[in-house]
Amino acid sequence: MNMVGQTLSRLGESGLYVLSDLGRMSLFLLNSLRGIFIRPFRWAELIKQIQFVGAGSFWVIFFTAISTGMALGLQGYYSLSKFGAEGMLGSAVSLSLVMELGPVLTALMVAGRAGSAMCAEIGIMRISEQIDALECMAINPYRFVVSPKFLATIISVPLLTALFDLVGIMGGYLTGVILMGVNPGSYQQGMEVSVTNHDIQLGIIKSFVFALLVVWISTGRGYFVHQIRGAGFGAESVSRVTTQAVVLSSIAVLIFNYLLTAIIL
Amino acid sequence: MSGLPISFAGVSKSFSSRGGISQVVLDRVSFSIAAGKTTVIAGGSGQGKSVTLKLILRLMMADEGHIHVGDVDVGNATGTALTSLRTRFGVLFQGAALFDSMTVFDNVALPLRERTSDSEQLVAEKVMQTLARLELAGHEKKFPAQLSGGMQKRVGLARALQLKPEILLFDEPTTGLDPVMKHDIYDLFAATHEKHGYTAVIVSHDIPKIFTLADQVIFLHNGTVDVFDDVDNVYSTEIKYLREYIDKTR
Repeated sequence: MNMVGQTLSRLGESGLYVLSDLGRMSLFLLNSLRGIFIRPFRWAELIKQIQFVGAGSFWVIFFTAISTGMALGLQGYYSLSKFGAEGMLGSAVSLSLVMELGPVLTALMVAGRAGSAMCAEIGIMRISEQIDALECMAINPYRFVVSPKFLATIISVPLLTALFDLVGIMGGYLTGVILMGVNPGSYQQGMEVSVTNHDIQLGIIKSFVFALLVVWISTGRGYFVHQIRGAGFGAESVSRVTTQAVVLSSIAVLIFNYLLTAIIL
Repeated sequence: MSGLPISFAGVSKSFSSRGGISQVVLDRVSFSIAAGKTTVIAGGSGQGKSVTLKLILRLMMADEGHIHVGDVDVGNATGTALTSLRTRFGVLFQGAALFDSMTVFDNVALPLRERTSDSEQLVAEKVMQTLARLELAGHEKKFPAQLSGGMQKRVGLARALQLKPEILLFDEPTTGLDPVMKHDIYDLFAATHEKHGYTAVIVSHDIPKIFTLADQVIFLHNGTVDVFDDVDNVYSTEIKYLREYIDKTR
């Protein structure tokens, strides 16, 4: 086969691989969502996962939010003071956080902290035949392993996003009002006047979608660790796929952030 | 005997690698495994021994041919039929496949909690009985990482026996164990087989020791099978690859 033929053959092979991977991941998503409704429900596992994804991410989210809010406060004050519009600081900080930074940064933090751990855990279960063992015992591995993680992430991420927004706004208040001397009343009023229900709804919708993307990609990569081309074998495959899961879910969050903003705004 | 028979009829399985080259693991193979008997599947590395087990369990699908477990066509079993079929199996995996985050008790109790409506008290009774029978009493609160390899295999066997399977599949049950632990596992196998009468399929490299347990031996080589219903005939075979294999492993 000549070089052109070989190139076309490889392109075709890669195309088929991408299609089969997409199909596999789509079925995985359906089975994982369906698993949420199959009885008996694993309440204890759900609570454990909420504790891990939600409560366990509290301080990461807190410090990311406070530093982001404080930086926004300073940056906003610097920019707005050029036009004599320091009074708009509350509005600028809160809108940035509620509509964009809150949902996006929360999802990225959860992807890095909990998504990577979920991917590695399921990947290890796969290569050590624990998932095969579940199937052999006629136990649905989606219901048993994956679905509680799905539900926990879908519950936790919007709550963490709300926490991020609140702490971020407080951070903006610290630098804008306490440090730079913006009037506290105008900071609060600017926030109340400019942030509408529609803006909050956009933030909530984003946080749900990002939660689904992060948990889907993270658990799915781990579940199919043995079928991912170029991932290698054994422990190496788990480490590579974990990195891949964090990168892919972060990229997906950023792409969907733009798409959702463009569609809903 | 309460075991179930297994049959392969014209079964093929191949894997395609990058570049489009396919590796044929099973090439239209046919054989039968009798109910209640012990069959050893042997062969070199990469000859499809574990694939054969996965095909029986429908963890993989055959490219062609039919696999029957009892009167169920494994390839056509889906949904509740597949669930019902799998409840008739017990599997002891090469690495035991215990759940790291669960105690020994919870690992062994898992199939009872998930697949039966037994009360927690009854589950506890059954689990403790099984653990005692496999000399694991006193270890029920430990986690798998706190156990030796041999003990992990015993816990795996305890879990596999919980639902009184009609077929028990062993994937290299003694790999990585020292001779004493191997002996213990074989004794346990002999004792549980005599008590439960399940159909046993053992994938093993432990030749010739494993032959002492076998009623039938199946050798896999380059996609084909050679079946010996009398284990003694293995030693007198004139098949070249097999002769070399037996001589090297004795």
